[in-house]
Amino acid sequence: MPFHSVLTRLLFVAVSILILSACGKSASDQAAASGDLVVKIGAAAPLTGNQAHIGKDNESGTRMAIDEANAKGLVIGGRKVHFELISEDDQADPKTATIVAQKLVDNKVSAIIGHLNSGTTIPASKIYSDNGIVQISPSATAVNYTAQGFKTAFRVMANDAQQGRVLGEYAAKNLGAKKIAVIDDRTAYGQGLADEFIKAAQANGAQIVAREYTNDKAVDFTAVLTAVKGKQPDLLFYGGMDPQAGPMAKQIKALALKLKFMMGDGGYTPAFIKLAGDAAEGAYASLPGVPLAKMPGGKEFETRFVAKYQPIQLYAPYCYDAVNVMIAAMQKADSVEPAKYLPALANVSHDGVTANIQFDGKGDLKGGAITLYQVQQGKWQALETLGAIAPAAH
Amino acid sequence: MPNALRQFLTHGGKHQRQVMFWLLLGALLLLPFITDALLGRGWVRIADFAMLYIMLALGLNIVVGYAGLLDLGYIAFFAVGAYCYALTGSPHLAIAFPMLFPDGIHLSFWIVLPLAALVAGGFGVLLGAPTLRLRGDYLAIVTLGFGEIIRIFLNNLNAPFNLTNGPQGISRIDPIRMGDISLNATQGIFGIALPSVHLYFYLFLAFTALVIVISQRLEKSRIGRAWMAIREDEIAASAMGINTRNLKLLAFAMGAMFGGISGTLFAGFQGFVSPESFSLMESIMVLCMVVLGGMGNIAGVILGGVLLAILPEILRHSVVPLQQALFGKTLVDPESLRMLLFGGALIVMMLYRPAGLWPSRVRRRELDSDEAGVV
Amino acid sequence: MEIFLQQIINGLVQGSVYALVALGYTMVYGILGLINFAHGEVVMVGAMLALSALTAMLGWGVPPLLALPLSLILAILGCMALGYSIERVAYRPLRHAPRLAPLITAIGVSIVLQNLAMMIWGRQYHAFPQLIDNQSHLIGGAIINDIQIIIFVMALAIMASLMVVVHRTRLGRAMRAVAENQHAAQLMGVDINRVISVTFMLGSALAAVAGLMVSANYGLAHYYMGFLLGLKAFTAAVLGGIGNLRGAMLGGLLLGLIESLGAGYIGDMTGGFLGSNYQDVFAFFVLIAVLVFRPSGLLGERIAERA
Repeated sequence: MPFHSVLTRLLFVAVSILILSACGKSASDQAAASGDLVVKIGAAAPLTGNQAHIGKDNESGTRMAIDEANAKGLVIGGRKVHFELISEDDQADPKTATIVAQKLVDNKVSAIIGHLNSGTTIPASKIYSDNGIVQISPSATAVNYTAQGFKTAFRVMANDAQQGRVLGEYAAKNLGAKKIAVIDDRTAYGQGLADEFIKAAQANGAQIVAREYTNDKAVDFTAVLTAVKGKQPDLLFYGGMDPQAGPMAKQIKALALKLKFMMGDGGYTPAFIKLAGDAAEGAYASLPGVPLAKMPGGKEFETRFVAKYQPIQLYAPYCYDAVNVMIAAMQKADSVEPAKYLPALANVSHDGVTANIQFDGKGDLKGGAITLYQVQQGKWQALETLGAIAPAAH
Repeated sequence: MPNALRQFLTHGGKHQRQVMFWLLLGALLLLPFITDALLGRGWVRIADFAMLYIMLALGLNIVVGYAGLLDLGYIAFFAVGAYCYALTGSPHLAIAFPMLFPDGIHLSFWIVLPLAALVAGGFGVLLGAPTLRLRGDYLAIVTLGFGEIIRIFLNNLNAPFNLTNGPQGISRIDPIRMGDISLNATQGIFGIALPSVHLYFYLFLAFTALVIVISQRLEKSRIGRAWMAIREDEIAASAMGINTRNLKLLAFAMGAMFGGISGTLFAGFQGFVSPESFSLMESIMVLCMVVLGGMGNIAGVILGGVLLAILPEILRHSVVPLQQALFGKTLVDPESLRMLLFGGALIVMMLYRPAGLWPSRVRRRELDSDEAGVV
Repeated sequence: MEIFLQQIINGLVQGSVYALVALGYTMVYGILGLINFAHGEVVMVGAMLALSALTAMLGWGVPPLLALPLSLILAILGCMALGYSIERVAYRPLRHAPRLAPLITAIGVSIVLQNLAMMIWGRQYHAFPQLIDNQSHLIGGAIINDIQIIIFVMALAIMASLMVVVHRTRLGRAMRAVAENQHAAQLMGVDINRVISVTFMLGSALAAVAGLMVSANYGLAHYYMGFLLGLKAFTAAVLGGIGNLRGAMLGGLLLGLIESLGAGYIGDMTGGFLGSNYQDVFAFFVLIAVLVFRPSGLLGERIAERA
């Protein structure tokens, strides 16, 4: 194939893309033509790669909230509003995240529900802030995200410090652990949570006897677990996600380690129980917020979600809440302009399915209720909720 | 017609080439405005990243294309450059070592840039030294390991002392400044508003041009010819009196410096660096750019860089409309289809142009002769 | 002492997994001098196929002890077909192209297979059903279970049978001839296309076995599992001397041991300065050190290499 035909082909590709994107545009114009005010909501999460199962869960949660809002036919600023979801794959890559962020900004979205990881949320937040677009992350937990001082950055998830503190205290006090081993997966999430857990556990009198590490693609943990075994701890905390936590629980059992196994929100998934099999029994995990069953509308949410998509993986309820808290602020300000509803969002009090959501001055969740769960008879059972704000009285 | 164009480009007189040059320059200067108006600002950012990748690909081209040394850990030098600026241009050191740096360092970008290039070059020599005797696939795995070692250190050096802030990455890196002008905000020049992405585009364009010129000069120089001699036949080259050891180290160092420069620009542009940006897959992508474009040929490498940097984004924009145009609805979820098409494109392009889309002339001669198959 | 013994066992098991995959790499490399970067993905497809077949058969009420070998055979057949097609589509047209060209198509094939698998089997992690009662055994205080013993024995057996195939059969002789000199082999009447196809199919059959063993041992399968596994196995193959079957076995076991001992003892060795987070750094340092002194790996032949 000579070079000029490569060029012609490239040209062909370029032209067809232009035509196609023009087609894409006309589709959304049609919705606008019917008289509705179209409000675009951006969503960003890794939809390919090894976290895709969590990313897709986030997208589904966001989509469900938007579909429901559309069905309600809300009126804001005197016009009927039609929400439109633009979902992008950030591949859990910080660079792609900024490209995606810029694309969403170009598409004139009114709000962003995302991103999933802290490593993508932080660089993207700068672009949203520069363009004055509200960003609500359903799952980024790094303290750094809201510490940058951006007025547009919010999250409906407890940060590492909030969650690690509760977990460390619970391990040392309620579970009476004296000697604790800690493993993390060297991701921003796992490391951040593990470090905060250690601080809190030590402050409550426990001793950290082993600090081991793995990575977020590993399946074999026998070497680090054997090293942990030599130190004879009575509790093992893992900072990481379910694909590792599941096999890890299995290998803990196979190596006959006698200890309590504890995780953060990354382990609170149906996949953990599936992957760990009977080794899951007795494992602890935490999840920010109040159990779905205890929140008004929580149980119904779960039923509707499972019927429409698949069992909740992890953060879908938080995405659902993020959309609804944003809509609540829009209704209160009677505007879909980020500049106008931003102050309303900062002062919002919304009963979501995960908790009553209020933000502090930085955009973090106020109060930060955390619920502890344990696997009992092959199911996650809520043990107790710490630091909850009661649902606001209406 | 395109054939005539090629004739014109390569064999045209001096005057014609000058005209072409100015036309090209004009087009490139207008590019951000045109893309912004036609396709949106996101595409200007994509063009910015494409330029960073071109610099990386040209740097790797020195190692792989000229000297014939397979390097699978090249992104490490990009990382070294990025962290050099991240450490010296952010409040991180002030937080991590309040005793040593009470106010952080906050060096100017223009001081860090040459330093970062030197540091990256030093790492290049560090990689080159133990691998001098290795060839082919053995070299590939050692360079791959080197890239991973750098990434793992960056990911873990938050304890016992917090040098890199570990997986959390370093945020709030100072934007690049030209004098008093910050590239991070919209600037007005002659009444034209220049948004931040446009400003970075021009800066990166200037650096890319510089890297291209250096590459070109190197290729035609004594050093460049010596590299190619080593690539073709190391024993013969050394018999001709070429100091193969020093020249291989020089290739690693030069390639690494380009990577370091690109990394420094990346850190200033993003304002945030974390180890996830420097994964093995990135090294592989840069290598794909070099090989797919045409090893050893600057124009080919640039083509490869542009193509692979924008192809996933083109697919991102076209997969859904394409499906809707063909089937009237979205059948397959766009993300998996996007990467599927990307992988397919890699295969098809390589099958049609095994020597790269735009191979170097020396390469083409080699391929035409019977005994091919040797790089 | 028990802890040390346990770490040795951990290393040997992990190493056998690497060795199983590395054998496939090294087979293809030995004949063609080509790194089949897509091999890790073939392992993944093998695991996924076996798992799907197994789940389906258990659903139909086929007894587990029959379902397991049947699904293994299905996975092997599927992977052989896949390996054959990969070679035909992505490698054969490039046999006389520059050596890096097939590397790029291999990466392309990897990406395609990964995303195809994601479309077919979804994004979620699949749990591997527990079929046989996985008994644990105590050896001097250290624990090893049945599946781990099977993996270890299987890796050794497969290596031995491959050696027999390569050195004792007519096909093996043809393989060695092709590896030595393709042109000369062709002149001697060897159908090199056939030999290369068979090599790929053999390598892919091994990948299917490896895939099944890996997912049975760790209890999961996922469309992304091939990448890291392939990378580690490739490292192991190079460590042992790529192209050499015994080298792949040795390299795999050594890499497993280095990793487990590294993860277990780096902390103590460096006085707590470095921990198990530097496990891979440790492994790569050992690899580099070996290659500095033996540039063609532990058992590799000292030949003037084509770069």
